[in-house]
Amino acid sequence: MSAFGLPEQASSIAVRVDHLFYAVTLVTGVTALGVLIAMIFFGIRYREGSKARRAEDVPAAQARARRRVEVAWTLIPLLLFISAFVWASRIYVERATPPADAIEIFVVAKQWMWKLQHPGGQREIEELHIPRGQPVKLVMTSQDVIHSFFVPAFRLKQDVLPGAYTQMWFTATKVGRYHLFCAEYCGTDHSRMGGDIVVMEPADFQRWLVEHRGAVDMAARGESLFREFGCSGCHGQNASVHAPNLAGLFGRPVPLSDGRTVVADERYIHDSILLPRQEIAAGYAPIMPSFAGQIGEDDILALIEYIKSLAPEKERPR
Amino acid sequence: MTSASSPVATGDIPLPPNAVAARGSSYLDGGMTLRSWLLTHDHKRIAILYTLSITAFFFIGGAAATLIRLELATPMGDVVSAETYNKLFTMHGVIMVWFFLIPSIPSTLGNFLLPLMIGARDLAFPRLNLASWYLYVGGALFTIAAMLLGGVDTGWTFYAPFSTMFSNTHVIYVLAGVFVVGFSSILTGINFIVTVHKMRAPGLTWFRLPLFVWAQYATSAILVLATPVLAMTLVLLAVERLFGIGIFDPNLGGDPLLFQHLFWFYSHPAVYVMVLPAMGVVSELVACFSRNPIFGYKAMAYAILAIAVIGFLVWGHHMFVSGQSMYAGVVFSMLSFLVAIPSAIKVFNWTATLWHGRIVYSAPMLYALGFVGLFTIGGMTGLFLAALALDVHLTDTYFVIAHFHYIMVGGSVSAYLGGIHFWWPKITGRMYSDRWARFAAILLFVGFNFTFFPQYLLGMAGMPRRYHEYPPEFQTLNVLSSAGAVILALGYLLPLFYLTWSLLRGPRATANPWKATGLEWQTSSPPPEHNFDTVPVVDSPPYAYRPGVISPAVVQAREGTG
Amino acid sequence: MTASPAPALGIAGQFEDVRQRHAAATLGMWIFLATEVLFFGALFFAYSIARAQAPDAFAAASRHTNIVLGTANTAILLTSSLMMVLAVRSASMEARRTTVMLLVATAVLGVAFAAIKLTEYRLDYLDHLVPVLDFAFDPRYERGARIFFGFYFATTALHLLHLSIGVVVVLAFAWRTHRSWSPELPHSIEIVGLYWHFVDVVWIFLYPCLYLVARA
Repeated sequence: MSAFGLPEQASSIAVRVDHLFYAVTLVTGVTALGVLIAMIFFGIRYREGSKARRAEDVPAAQARARRRVEVAWTLIPLLLFISAFVWASRIYVERATPPADAIEIFVVAKQWMWKLQHPGGQREIEELHIPRGQPVKLVMTSQDVIHSFFVPAFRLKQDVLPGAYTQMWFTATKVGRYHLFCAEYCGTDHSRMGGDIVVMEPADFQRWLVEHRGAVDMAARGESLFREFGCSGCHGQNASVHAPNLAGLFGRPVPLSDGRTVVADERYIHDSILLPRQEIAAGYAPIMPSFAGQIGEDDILALIEYIKSLAPEKERPR
Repeated sequence: MTSASSPVATGDIPLPPNAVAARGSSYLDGGMTLRSWLLTHDHKRIAILYTLSITAFFFIGGAAATLIRLELATPMGDVVSAETYNKLFTMHGVIMVWFFLIPSIPSTLGNFLLPLMIGARDLAFPRLNLASWYLYVGGALFTIAAMLLGGVDTGWTFYAPFSTMFSNTHVIYVLAGVFVVGFSSILTGINFIVTVHKMRAPGLTWFRLPLFVWAQYATSAILVLATPVLAMTLVLLAVERLFGIGIFDPNLGGDPLLFQHLFWFYSHPAVYVMVLPAMGVVSELVACFSRNPIFGYKAMAYAILAIAVIGFLVWGHHMFVSGQSMYAGVVFSMLSFLVAIPSAIKVFNWTATLWHGRIVYSAPMLYALGFVGLFTIGGMTGLFLAALALDVHLTDTYFVIAHFHYIMVGGSVSAYLGGIHFWWPKITGRMYSDRWARFAAILLFVGFNFTFFPQYLLGMAGMPRRYHEYPPEFQTLNVLSSAGAVILALGYLLPLFYLTWSLLRGPRATANPWKATGLEWQTSSPPPEHNFDTVPVVDSPPYAYRPGVISPAVVQAREGTG
Repeated sequence: MTASPAPALGIAGQFEDVRQRHAAATLGMWIFLATEVLFFGALFFAYSIARAQAPDAFAAASRHTNIVLGTANTAILLTSSLMMVLAVRSASMEARRTTVMLLVATAVLGVAFAAIKLTEYRLDYLDHLVPVLDFAFDPRYERGARIFFGFYFATTALHLLHLSIGVVVVLAFAWRTHRSWSPELPHSIEIVGLYWHFVDVVWIFLYPCLYLVARA
C-alpha cells in the first residue's frame, strides 16, 4: 500500500498530518464531486434538444435567490479554508519547536551523500540509527549546495543549507527501516543521495551505540581539535592574548562592536570560526584569523559540541 | 456543410445599429512574401508568427517530456545518463514555461483578438508588437544555442548556489535567453494595457467588455510588474556566476534564500499569467455553447482582478521548508488559501452558466469543460499544498508536479486548444472537422488523467521530483503515467493533422459560424487588414445569448425538414 | 465613413485621432516607467539585504567612493532635469529655437555626467576597487566590500546605460525640432521628459545608497 498512497506512519507527527490529509481530501473530494455531478446533471438536462425550461422562462424571484447562493459559496469555502489553515499551522508550529530533551544528531550534507554524527562520536554515512519513542533533533548543514532531508514515513522534510544550520525534530514511533531521500535537486546524483532511517527499540539502540562507539565522543573530539588548531592559544585559560572566554558562552547573548547583540548559538560559533571579522565581540580587537578552508563542517560541529560542554551543568542550554 | 459538424444557430444577437460586416480582402490577402510577414505591423499576422513559434517550442519541450517519461518507466537509469536526465527536465521546464505557456494565449489569441474584441483597428503600438516577437525569437535563439552546446542542468528554477557555483553547463546562455524573452512579455503587457484603456469602441464601457479582455488586462498587469524582477534576478545570477560576486553564495558572503525570494516573487505571479488568459477563453466558450450569459459576470471580472493582486502576495508558499521563518510561513499560507476563493467562485460560476442553458457539445466546448474539471482537481490539490503541515510532506515530490500539470496542462493547454478551435474560422476563414476535433479533445482528457493522476499518488508515497532513478516500489504508478503520456501525445498530435487539412481543404467559414456574441464576430472571417470597415458602437451588455429562443434552423433540423 | 481618417491626418491608422494617440503614448510611457521601477527595485532590494547582513563592510566601502565626483554628478543631473523641464515648457509654447537649445543643454549635461562617471570608474580601477580586476581592500571588510562594489558597478553601469539611451533620444528630438516643427513635437518631448526625469530619480536613490552610507 505504501507505494500507492501515504506511507506507514512512523513518527508522532505523522498521525496528525494524516488526519489533516484525510480531512482535506474529504472536503475537497466532496466539493469536486459536487461540481462534477452538477456539470453532468446540467450538461444532460440542458442539452440542446431537451425539453427543460431555459433561462428566459425562469421567474425573477429565483434570480434573487441567486445572490444568496453566491454569498454562500463564497463564505463556506472561506470558513473551511480558515479551518484547514489553522489546523495545518498548529502542526507546523509544533514541527518547528523541538523539545528541550531531544537527542541531538548532527547532519552534514554534501554532493551526494549524508554524513551523520551522534553526540557520542558514532558516525554514519547514509544511514541513521535512532531509538523509538525519544525525541531526536537533527542539526544540519551542507558543505556545498542546498539539499533537503526527507523521510516520507515521518511526513517531514527540511532543506539543508550551506553556510547555515537548519533543524528538524521528530519522535519515531515504530521500529523499522524507512527511506531517507534528498528532496532538493543538487546535481548529477541527486536521485542517489538517499539512505535509510533505522528505528530501534531503546535497548537495541543503546547496544548499537556501544558497538559503534568511536574512540571519543563528539565533545572530546572537539576538545582535541580545539588544541590542534591552536584555538586554546588565544581562548585557553592561560592565554596572554585578550580573547573572549568561551566557558558558559553557548546560548548567551553577546554584545558586538557595532552595537548589536546576538545569541551565541550554533550559527554564531560556526561563523566566528570561518568569518571572524563579520561579528566582532564588543571590547575585543578583530585579530582572530579565519579558518575557512581549513576546518570541515563535521569538525566545526565537534568544536561546537565542545564549546557547549564548557557550560556549567545546571545552565546547560537547549 | 450539414448540421453534423456546425453548431445550431439559436437566438438573435442584437447588432450595433451601424456595424456593417466588412466585405473585401482579408488580412491574409495582403501579400504572402516573407517580407510581408516579417515586417508586418498587423497584429493578426504577428499573432500567427507567434503561433508558429510557440507550437515549435511546444513540441521541443514535449520531446524532452517524452524522453523523461521513457526513462521513468523503469526504476533504473537505463535510457539516459543522470547528467542528460537533469538537462532534460531543465530544458522541459525552461521551454514550456517561458517559450510556450507564458506567451501562449496572450501572444496568439490575445494579439489576434484583443483589438477585434474592443472594436479597434490594431493594438496601440503595432511596431512594439513586432519588436516583442523579435525579442521572443532572440531569446529563443539563445536557448537553442544552450541546447546545442549540451544543455543546462540547473532545473528551471536555477537555485543558487548550484546554478552559480556548481553547475558545469552553459547556464549563462539560458539566463540570457530568458532575460530577452522576458522583455518580449513586458512589451506585450504594456501594449495590451494601453490598448484596453484607450482604444475601446464608443459605448464599450469596462463592464461591457468580454471576460477574455478582462483576463488579458489582468495578465498584462502581472507581466509588467513581475517580469522586471525576474530580469534583475537573472542578471544577479549571471553576475555571481561570471564574476564571483557573492550575492547568493554563502561562501562569498551571500544568502541562498535571497535568490529564492526574488525568483518566486516573479514565478508565482507567472503561474497566474499562465492560467488567467485560459480562464478568459473558457468564459467565452462556456457562454457561447450554453447559449447563456456568463453567470455572475461582475463577480467573474472582480475575481480575475483579485487573483492577479493576491497572486503577488503568496510567493513564500514555495519556501515552507526552505529555512525561512515559521512566521513567514504562516502568513504566506493564509494568503495562499485566500487566493483560492476567487478561483473557486469562477468554477462555480462556469458550472452555473450551464444551468438553464442550451448546451451544444462542439469541440471547443469539450475543451472548455475539460478545463473546468481538470482545473478543479488541480486547484483542490493546491489547497493541500497551501496547508503548511501537508506541504512539509508533499513539497518537492510528484504531488507538486501533478498539481501544476493539472492546472497548466490540463487547464491552460486545454483552454488554449479550445480557443484555437473556437476562433479558427475567424483567424483562417476555414472550418475544421468537428468529429476529429472532438475525438482529439476526449483523447487528450483521457490521456492527461492517466498521465498525471498517478503522480499524485506517487507524491503522497514520497517519490521526490527530479529523480532519474527511484526505488522499485514506485514503478507501477510510473508505468501507468508513462503509458498515459502516449495517449496524451496522440491527443496533441492529432490537431496538427486535421487543422492543417482544414487550411488546405476545409470549407470556408462564415463571419459568425457559432452565432457568438462579441465584436470579433461582427467582421468577416478572416477579417480585413483594418479589422472593421465601420467603427462599431456598443450599447448592450456582453453575452447577450437567449437560450429560450429557438431558431428556425433548429426546428427544421428536428423535424428533418432542413 | 469608411477607413479611419487618421492616415489622412498623418496619424498611424490604429488611432482615431491625435488625442487618442497622445493619451496612449503617455500611458504607455508611464507603464514602461513602472516596469523600470520594479527592475531597479529588485536591485535595491538585494542591496538592502546585503547591507543589512554586512553593515560595517558596506560603511567602510562606501567611504571609498569618490564623494566629490558623485556629488558633482548629482548636481549635473538635477540641472539637466531642469533643462528638460524648461524644454518641455518652451515646446508647448512653440518656441522652436529655445526648445532646441534646451534639449541640447540637457544632452550635454548628460554627456558630462557620463564623462565624469567614466573618469570615476578609472579612478576606482586604480584604487583596486573593481571586484574582478585586481580587487584589494582592508581584510577586515573585504568580503562585504567586494559585494558593495559589485552593486556599485552594476547599478551605476545600468543607470549609465539608461542615461546614454536618454541622451541619444534627446539629441534625436533636438535634431527633429531643429529640422522642422510639427504639432506632435511638444507632446513627444513631454514623454521623453518623463523618461529623463525617471533616470534622474533613479540616481537620486542611488547617490545616498552608494556614496552616503557612512558619511552622514
